[in-house]
Amino acid sequence: MGWLPGAASTYAADLDRIFYVILAVTGLVFIGVEATLIYFLWKYRGREGRKAAYIEGSNKAEIIWTVTPAVFIVGLAVASQSVWSKIKSPANFPTDAIEYRVEARQYAWGITYAGADGVLGTEDDFTRFNEMHVPVGQPVSFELTSADVIHSFFVPAFRIKQDAVPGLIMRVWFEATEVGEFALACAELCGVAHFNMGGKVIVHPQDEFERWVAEQS
Amino acid sequence: MATLESSAVPLHAHHDDLSFIRKYIFATDHKIIGLQFLFATLIFLLIGGVMALMIRWQLGFPGEAMPGVGVINPKFYNALVTMHGTFMIFFAIMPLLVGTFGNFLIPLKIGAPDMAFPRLNMMSFWLFVVSGIVMTASLFVEGGAAGAGWTVYAPLSAVPQYTGVSLGQQLWIISIVFFGGSSLLGSVNYITTVINMRAPGMTLFRMPLSIWGLFVTAIIALLAVPILAAAIIMLLFDQTIGTTFFLPAGGGQPLLWQHLFWFFGHPEVYILILPAMGIVSDIIANGSRKPVFGYHSMVLAIIAIAFLGWIVWGHHMFQSGMNPLLGTSFMISTMAIAIPSAIKVFNWLGTMWRGNLWFHTPMLWAVGFVSLFTVGGLSGIFMASNSVDVFIHDTYFIVAHIHYVLFGGSLFAIFAALYFWFPKMFGRCMNENWGRIHFALTFTFYNLTFFPMHLLGMGGHMRRIYDPTAYEFLQPLQPMNKFITVSAFLLFMAQIPFVINFFWSLFAGEKAELNRWRDNGLEWTVPSPAPHGNFTVTPTVYRGPYEFSSPEVEEDFLPQDVPPDGGRERAPETVGR
Repeated sequence: MGWLPGAASTYAADLDRIFYVILAVTGLVFIGVEATLIYFLWKYRGREGRKAAYIEGSNKAEIIWTVTPAVFIVGLAVASQSVWSKIKSPANFPTDAIEYRVEARQYAWGITYAGADGVLGTEDDFTRFNEMHVPVGQPVSFELTSADVIHSFFVPAFRIKQDAVPGLIMRVWFEATEVGEFALACAELCGVAHFNMGGKVIVHPQDEFERWVAEQS
Repeated sequence: MATLESSAVPLHAHHDDLSFIRKYIFATDHKIIGLQFLFATLIFLLIGGVMALMIRWQLGFPGEAMPGVGVINPKFYNALVTMHGTFMIFFAIMPLLVGTFGNFLIPLKIGAPDMAFPRLNMMSFWLFVVSGIVMTASLFVEGGAAGAGWTVYAPLSAVPQYTGVSLGQQLWIISIVFFGGSSLLGSVNYITTVINMRAPGMTLFRMPLSIWGLFVTAIIALLAVPILAAAIIMLLFDQTIGTTFFLPAGGGQPLLWQHLFWFFGHPEVYILILPAMGIVSDIIANGSRKPVFGYHSMVLAIIAIAFLGWIVWGHHMFQSGMNPLLGTSFMISTMAIAIPSAIKVFNWLGTMWRGNLWFHTPMLWAVGFVSLFTVGGLSGIFMASNSVDVFIHDTYFIVAHIHYVLFGGSLFAIFAALYFWFPKMFGRCMNENWGRIHFALTFTFYNLTFFPMHLLGMGGHMRRIYDPTAYEFLQPLQPMNKFITVSAFLLFMAQIPFVINFFWSLFAGEKAELNRWRDNGLEWTVPSPAPHGNFTVTPTVYRGPYEFSSPEVEEDFLPQDVPPDGGRERAPETVGR
């Protein structure tokens, strides 16, 4: 399906599925309401000598169009909740993830890697700006924060967005399913050069990723 | 009868010889104040519209010089984005609905001689003027106007170095404080007037839905605006005297700003739509020549929306870093709002069903409202879903949604109301043909402008970015951005027939008869334009406002003040009065 950008993370397809379900249902409601409206406009167009029916309402109709949307939104909320909790709930974060630290600032993304030892907070940690190198097919997770104002970490292809808030540490995770380069954008107005805070997430095959990390230290 | 207002008639009788300044400048007559709001807000609507064109120019043709404006730089662009939102929400839509139509309609429609506190009303308008002048002045100060978005998120807004704007942001805050004062005085006045000054027989459930919308809105504003005022004064302190309410460096909390802002901000959304829904209900009943379908459930839906409006603010903050569990509860409360909204749309359709539709210009705008509000309501379901929101939050999908609700919704209702009550405001009618042309062009270019924004958002296009071509993945969307820009310029030009029609009709329009639209409301029993003091004799109300096509009478309408027994004889006489 064409409208959303290509999906390249494990939960992207789940999110897209809910999107398209909502699109289908709201699309049907949209067509139904607008078609009814147009039909009524034509069918009941004013004519001389005719009087409108004197109808004040119908409790039955009110109940029908109260309960129907209620049932629909309960279903939708349940479906949304499972994906939401998969993406955002700390309890559901993968335990075998590679750890990073991401600090946003006006106007760059500082990405700290654990280095060869695979442990953050040690001497071989290194930081690169605006490029996040990750392996394919393995979950990565990171602590996201900001040095100044609020930014928002947005990778459209992964369907992930999380604000970076100064003074707070957010947990984010994703697992890329495709090798390649994907746009990283700032989605929250963060100042004059907000538009120019793009970066890249570069997804490597596993061995290539390991080589890249080794080259850096 | 008329114990309450019997003294008011002689009291107001001598007002007619007031000096020009007392009558039109420092006016206490609710109708004149309504018109003052109208002319002031139309200017702000124009300013906001021109800003929108500048934003669109930059997005369609990034970095190219705009004719008559020049190259728009990123800092100015941020100021445009901020001030477009600010002007449209605080200085156009809200005062058009609440200031203009709240003032003009409430006393006339409930059968009162004026507002409960006419001088408070005058003060409300002049505080609004001060507020508007301060906000407009902030466009011209050193450092430029505020550039942190109309949502003024801290810390961006709280520390001048982050945006390069200091005085502009402070003036923004000061202006909104004055605006809040204006809004509070208005709310107190409206609530008191509706509760205490209804004509005999005008029970709450005989009030038109427009009055219900405005009444409930006044209650929301009374409760919500002080929160905004408190929050922005805290923000001003952070900026100027070194407090750190929202700054983590001093132990403050940026998310506190968002909670406070949206705790005001979401009820604000309903301030902007409930009066519009009420007005549209009135006009659709009139245009369908039928009672509003399910009047009581329409009232309950207004009240339900107003209540739910207080517990949904967190849906603006799904991605803000607030606890994911809160994301779940706010999703549920937000989705619940779809229910009363759906009830309203279905009841509007039910009102038209088996009607005898009269497509006067106000009816066209009201029908346009229903069709476009439906889109805005449905697109809201996407972002109410917390998981879908992960992707579409802060994209053009949101921009499309808000414009479907506030332009296709609120502004269409405002146009409907203007065409509908213009005869009663000025004693002359607007030209129907030009009104229809205005509607057709606006409806077309409106959709061409805003519908494609959904697609931009689905492509991942962020909002509030100065140059979309800075991102490679957005470059394929650039033709659509150009298309939207061209449509937006055409949409702007589609307002020219309105402006000409408005001013031409003001002076040379066809003289308005007493009851231009054969309506039931009390305002149609007084001369056009309505005189100071409104009613020579306080009307008595015998029925609800929507007795169109009642079997009791031959005509297809039955005014609220016609006595039931003598209705047949008195109705034509009342009409011709």
